[in-house]
Amino acid sequence: MSKQIKVALIGNPNTGKTSVFNQLTGLKQKVGNYPGITVEKKEGICKLPRGVKAHILDLPGTYSLNTTSLDESVVVELLLNKNDKDFPDVAVVISDVENLKRNLLLFTQIKDLKIPAILVINMADRMVRKGISLDIDLLEEKLNTKIALVSTRKGTGIDKVKELIADYKNLSVEPNIDTTVIAPEYFDKLKSTFPNEDLYKLWLVITQDVNFMPIEKNPITIPASFKTKSKPELKRLQQKETILRYQFINGILKQAYKVDVNAAKGLRATLDKILTHKVFGYLIFFVILLTIFQAIYDWSSYPMDFIDALFASGSEWVKNTLPPGVFTDLIAEGILAGIGGVVIFIPQIAFLFLFISLLEESGYMSRVVFLMDRLMRPFGLSGKSVVPLISGTACAIPAIMATRTIENWKERLITILVTPFTTCSARLPVYLIIIALVIPDGRFLGLSYQALTLMLLYLIGFGAAIFSAMILNKIMKIKTKTFFVMEMPNYKLPLLKNVVYTVLEKTKSFVIGAGKIILAISIILWFLGSNGYSDDFYNAETIVKQKIEKEGFTDFNVESMKSSLNSYKESLHDSLARNGAILDKQAITDSLQVKEILLRQKAENQEIASYKLENSYMGIAGKAIAPIVHPLGYDWKIGIAVLTSFAAREVFVGTLATIYSVGSDEEDTIKNRMAAEIDPVTKKPLFNLASGISLLLFYAFAMQCMSTLAIVKRETNTWKWPAAQLVFMSLFAYIVALIAYQTLK
Amino acid sequence: MTTTVAQLKRGQKGIIKEFADGILPVKLMEMGCLPGNEIELVQVAPLKDPIYINCNGTHIAIRRSVASLIELEIIEDSPI
Repeated sequence: MSKQIKVALIGNPNTGKTSVFNQLTGLKQKVGNYPGITVEKKEGICKLPRGVKAHILDLPGTYSLNTTSLDESVVVELLLNKNDKDFPDVAVVISDVENLKRNLLLFTQIKDLKIPAILVINMADRMVRKGISLDIDLLEEKLNTKIALVSTRKGTGIDKVKELIADYKNLSVEPNIDTTVIAPEYFDKLKSTFPNEDLYKLWLVITQDVNFMPIEKNPITIPASFKTKSKPELKRLQQKETILRYQFINGILKQAYKVDVNAAKGLRATLDKILTHKVFGYLIFFVILLTIFQAIYDWSSYPMDFIDALFASGSEWVKNTLPPGVFTDLIAEGILAGIGGVVIFIPQIAFLFLFISLLEESGYMSRVVFLMDRLMRPFGLSGKSVVPLISGTACAIPAIMATRTIENWKERLITILVTPFTTCSARLPVYLIIIALVIPDGRFLGLSYQALTLMLLYLIGFGAAIFSAMILNKIMKIKTKTFFVMEMPNYKLPLLKNVVYTVLEKTKSFVIGAGKIILAISIILWFLGSNGYSDDFYNAETIVKQKIEKEGFTDFNVESMKSSLNSYKESLHDSLARNGAILDKQAITDSLQVKEILLRQKAENQEIASYKLENSYMGIAGKAIAPIVHPLGYDWKIGIAVLTSFAAREVFVGTLATIYSVGSDEEDTIKNRMAAEIDPVTKKPLFNLASGISLLLFYAFAMQCMSTLAIVKRETNTWKWPAAQLVFMSLFAYIVALIAYQTLK
Repeated sequence: MTTTVAQLKRGQKGIIKEFADGILPVKLMEMGCLPGNEIELVQVAPLKDPIYINCNGTHIAIRRSVASLIELEIIEDSPI
């Protein structure tokens, strides 16, 4: 019983293929990528009647086997390769009862490959409302297949599908259509050259690349003698084939499919009128965007604070419980801090994907693309670029993956290249802390300067994206044919199950994908910061102790000790007064002395840590880059934080926390510490308006995210583009920050 | 002068004429834009582009540049 039936789910986009997949497999599914490319691969196991199991593979949505996109070519490559381990025993073709005619085009192609095929007609619950009647028996006979009428919304018909899969050996493998009639001579010649091959398969192999310039796929090598026809000729033949198939399908549906045209079609028309209206359409879109921003920045702050506190206390717990030593430090400061840095983003990512999947499931996203296409085009972008650019405000990684729906390679490449300019959530902590530090309190027309600055930074990010898109559009010499064809699907109430699965799956892939890198960086940073080779590093403790004896604590520590001692004193008096207890003066003085010793101990440890860091590998590296960052108004410590941020921006705050040895990631403390930092030359605060603005602008433009670079490499299949992004964006950031600092200074 | 899909007014319908091979993307044909089929202009985006058509029951959005390649015969007594 160990043998599983291999099943491939195939179907047009918007037919509810994913819903069928979810109902067949439940949570027993696995999402990965096809080797070497970023097309998502979803697999799952399904229990069939009589103890049989099936391995279900959910193939990307495709309109036909004539490939026009990467997603589609995955389908064709699998179906053409009998030796592939995923080659299906049976294909389940999902169709939608309202678009049966179009869906059958794909079905007939699969049939002609002589793969046993089952036809699933989904959304059967809509038949009555839409006035559709079907003669299933006749359809089964004419298409030479078995049909299951399914409603994933109502949950009916899935058992029938399972039954048919288990019974796949009884399916006919007779082709539907003889394709050779479109060019008899050509096919005759093919047949005589390759007598052992299936003609339709050969035809698909030959025409694979006609419409689609593959950027990353293994080309199937074709002997030169195959290419007896030019591309335009092949294209023409493909069109002939399409017409032939539609003739066949129309003939069948004329008898088997009746639709009462008077049945309601109202909802779609009404919604379309409002949602694509030239005023209300944009207004509604704007309100939806506002809601998404509100969710990402406001609602998600509650779970994020909780996670932050959880990891801080976890780290504290480890330090207090495990025996002190290198291993404990590694866990507490390296690994836990690293994992915390990943987990903290889960609420934002989950919210973003919740909204995106709701918008996509409901059919609204296509309307947004429709509204925005013309506005984006002057910048070399497509309406479909809107989704990545919006997603980019959460994280550039899923955003760049979302560009796959753009068929035009040039538009897609430009979108990929400019998306990292949009203000992603990793920039937010950096912005927040620096704005709080250098932008004065105060209001303009009721809006605080700080909030306005933050908004300005978002606008700058978006502006930079649009502006660079315009330049790229001018200078890039890529010849592509524009063929923007997008289905406008029916409006649907999103299925809760699908939404939940999407959110779970995307969040998981973020945590694992980006998480690995952030974790690795944290550990490396920890190592570089806690190891060194010089005598200064090894004798840090004695050196600092001697220094404290001679010169006392640093001004900052003296101040902070004084203030915490005072507040301790006050709270002591308060609690005594509240409890009505009377304690003699001596006891109070003793208690204060104990507290002071503890505080001095803490301050001493901090100064030792700080001195150690200064002489660690990281400190040495920081001092080496100091001359480079000095013109921007940064000292070596900020330089280090900026440098480590090239791995991931969110590392900035954590690195500063380590460097300033404030012992906690809590923003307020770091902020106070940064505010107290004095420029050794000018004897003025290091963080002023000039250096703060310069830092903000640097983070707005610089390409500081290894994960994004990695994903761009995967999507473009070359290091050329990510390297260009890294160099140009960072150089641009440097120049802008330099100008800002030097003029404001 | 030939009439194309780009010249339809909202709500107007037409029948697709034979078109020269190889001009139109095959994807458009897969969606049902074939000679002899009816096309209705459903909606026009702000700034007049792209346009939203119903072709043979399939609702798709295409850009004006592609629409101007599809020749058709307008059905005269179309409503509105």
